[in-house]
This record gives sequence, structure tokens and C-alpha cells, in this order.
Amino acid sequence: MNVWHAVLALGGLGVVLGLVIAAASRFFKAEADPRLEKLAEALPGINCGGCGHTGCAAFANALAAGEADVSGCPVGGRDAAEQLSSILGVELKEAVRMTVLVRCSGGVRARNKFQYEGIGDCHAAMQIGGGPKDCSYGCLGLGTCAKTCAFGAVSIVDDVAVVDPERCTACQVCVAACPKGLIIPVPYHADVHIPCSSREKGGTLRKICDIGCLGCRICEKVCIHNAISVEDNFASIDFEKCNGCGDCAEKCPRKLIVDAKLDRGPRLMEG
Amino acid sequence: MTLSALVNLSLGAILIENFVLVRFLGVCPFLGVSKKQDTALGMSLAVIFVMTMASAAAWAVEEFLLEPFEIGRLRTLAFVLIIAALVQLVELFMQKAAPALHKSLGIYLPLITTNCAVLGVALINSNSGTGFIESVLFAFMSGVGFMVALMLFSSIRARLEFSEHPEAFEGFPIALVTAGLLALAFMGFSTVEI
Repeated sequence: MNVWHAVLALGGLGVVLGLVIAAASRFFKAEADPRLEKLAEALPGINCGGCGHTGCAAFANALAAGEADVSGCPVGGRDAAEQLSSILGVELKEAVRMTVLVRCSGGVRARNKFQYEGIGDCHAAMQIGGGPKDCSYGCLGLGTCAKTCAFGAVSIVDDVAVVDPERCTACQVCVAACPKGLIIPVPYHADVHIPCSSREKGGTLRKICDIGCLGCRICEKVCIHNAISVEDNFASIDFEKCNGCGDCAEKCPRKLIVDAKLDRGPRLMEG
Repeated sequence: MTLSALVNLSLGAILIENFVLVRFLGVCPFLGVSKKQDTALGMSLAVIFVMTMASAAAWAVEEFLLEPFEIGRLRTLAFVLIIAALVQLVELFMQKAAPALHKSLGIYLPLITTNCAVLGVALINSNSGTGFIESVLFAFMSGVGFMVALMLFSSIRARLEFSEHPEAFEGFPIALVTAGLLALAFMGFSTVEI
């Protein structure tokens, strides 16, 4: 008889619990937005956080609530934006493919003021006199950015971080990770870059770095499109105006300015 | 139940008989979600919650089903059933009633339905034949003990990220070594008499 007790008791328990759950799932049914599932499907689903939300699901929620832009996913790019906009029925603005640039070319070409043997992390090295590089603007080369990159697009070559624009999805996690603020978003199709962030005077910089920008303003003068401006010994390119003619790269006395068209940009070719 | 008995039970559950580090129950979430402190906290809260609920439900099953029918040998089976169903129910209920709480516990709630620590607390309770209040308190405190272990371990792992160790030990191996050392440290509590 005991076996029937067991069967009845456990079977009964199972049936009762099953019924209760079935009833509860009907009773407590949460009204989910039917678009959410479709939105989540259109997203890459790798939860990189590049959109500024905690993951793809959170971004889908924000989209459904109308709090996020359809072109907000840097990884999905244009394909994802098109799908998202068709699901939500909103118009898609033209999106430019972006990548990032490490604005330092120093590495082994920049001198150290001391030998750092601490924790292999840029934030840690920053704690000690701003890091071992003589140039206080330069890349420390310890690879905090490379570790945060989910796509393997950042690598350390000759002690300086280098971005592979083909792998880069412009999620900008590395931009936030760099304690020196050296990494900036740039248009993928921009050919000419000035990979140096130094605001040091030319004479000082010449002693501590073999490649860094001296602030000589030759590039500013040679640019007929007024795309380059030099302030505080620091040259920057306005990508709205730059047409990539490469005159500045030609004339740069330090051979710092890279022109990806000519295949001689050491920064963009490596990695 | 006197106050000193309560303190004894609590300290015993948290330190001396720590679920993870002394009893070695619930080791998979201990290793799995200890990489980041915020996920560790979420998991710990979910474990405390489910353990407390499960021990109450298990006590009821023991008292009103297993004992009257004299089928104590099917205890494990009945407990697995009731814990799984309970978590499912609680999740459904929370989704509707407390979406914020549901969101913060997130994926961890359904994940620990089949956790051995949750089943373990119910079985330990029924083996020692404790009353309802004691069972629930023991379960809650065991959950707190799990949280202590998990938070300790996750903060150590956060430091391990920056430490230098042989490359072969990178990641999981060094975590296991650390877990072993932590367990060893907790063994020290076993000589404490309260």
C-alpha cells in the first residue's frame, strides 16, 4: 500500500503545484511590449554597453520607451538601425560609420622618467606621478584599453595603443577606459589623423619624444581647407572640413601626421 | 527561543558552518558569479530570498505531507519539486507586484532553483528536525553566510585581476586556489565554541 501513498502524495503535489503555476501565470501575466522581442532580435546581443545602456535588452527597453535613438547601437551599425527604425516606425537619420583613434604615437619613441614596475594597468600607473612617461600627455602602453575592448580591436604595439579600424565597432568603451583621455571617436572614412595629444612646447617635447607634435603650425598653414587648428601646441583636425588631401601629412616635419591613403601611416597599418 | 540561542544559531550558520566554505554547498554560483561585485551582490540577495522561502515551504511539506504519509525517503524528490514550483510562483508574482525587485534579482532568481545550497538547507533542516521558526532563521542566516563568502571572494577576485601570477594560473586556476585558501581560513572558525 505504501507505494500508492508515495505515488498519490507526490503525484498529487505535482499536479497541484502545476495547476497553481498555470493559474498564476494567467493571473499575474505581465503586459510585455510585443515590439521588445523584435527589437532585441535586431540588436547584436553582445551586451557591450557601447550605446550607454547596460546591455542590448536595456537598450531595447529604452527604444520601446522612446528614450533612445535607433542609430544608438554602434555595433549593429546601419543594418541594425534600419531594422530598428522599421520595427518602431520612425525615420532613420543618416549614420556615419565611426572608429576610434589613439592620439599618441610615442611608445618606445617617448622617453621614460622612471621605470615603472607596478600593477600592469594604466590607472594604477597614473597614481605615481602621472605614469612613467616623460610626456604627461602620452600613452602609458600598459593596455587598459586593450583589455576592455570586447572585439580585440586595440593592441599594444611598441608600447603604444593601436586601434584596428576594421575590428573597431566604435562602442567607445576604450574611450572611457583611458585615464589620459587619449582615445577619441573619429569617422571611419577619415584618412588623415594627427596621433599626438601633447600640449608641451616644441623645445620641451623634442627632448622627450621622437615623434610628437611640436606645434610648429606648418600643417595649419598648408591646409587649404582650414581643417587643422593648432592651439596650445596641440593640432586637431576638423573632420567636417578635411577632405583627406594629405598635404599636411606630406609637410609634417615630424612625419607624425598619418595618411591612410598612402599606406604609410604606421599607426593605422599596424595592429 | 532565547536570544542567546538565536545568536548561536546565526553565528553558527554564518561563520562556523558556512554553506560555501565549510559545507561546500552552492560552489557553482560561488565560482561563477564572483567575478564582479555587483553581480555577486545580486546573486547573494536572490539566494537569501529563495533559501528562506524554500525552507518555509519545505518545512510545510515535511510536516503535512511526508510525515502523515510516512514517505520520508522521498524527501529529496518532494523538496526539489516544491522549491522549483515555489521559485516559479514567486517570480511570476514579483513580475507583477514588484517589477523593480524582480529586475534587480534578474536572472539569478530562476538560476538558483536547482542550486544545491537551497536544497541543502531544506534537507539539513529536516534531518535535524528543527521547528518552523528555527528552520527559517537558519536558512536566512545560511543565506547571509553565503553572501559573506561570495562578497569576500568577489573582492579578492577583483584584486586578483591586477595581481601578477604565473600565466598558467590566469583566470580560473588562481580563483580555485584562492577559494581553497579562503575555505582553509574559515575552517579556523570550527574550533570556536559559542
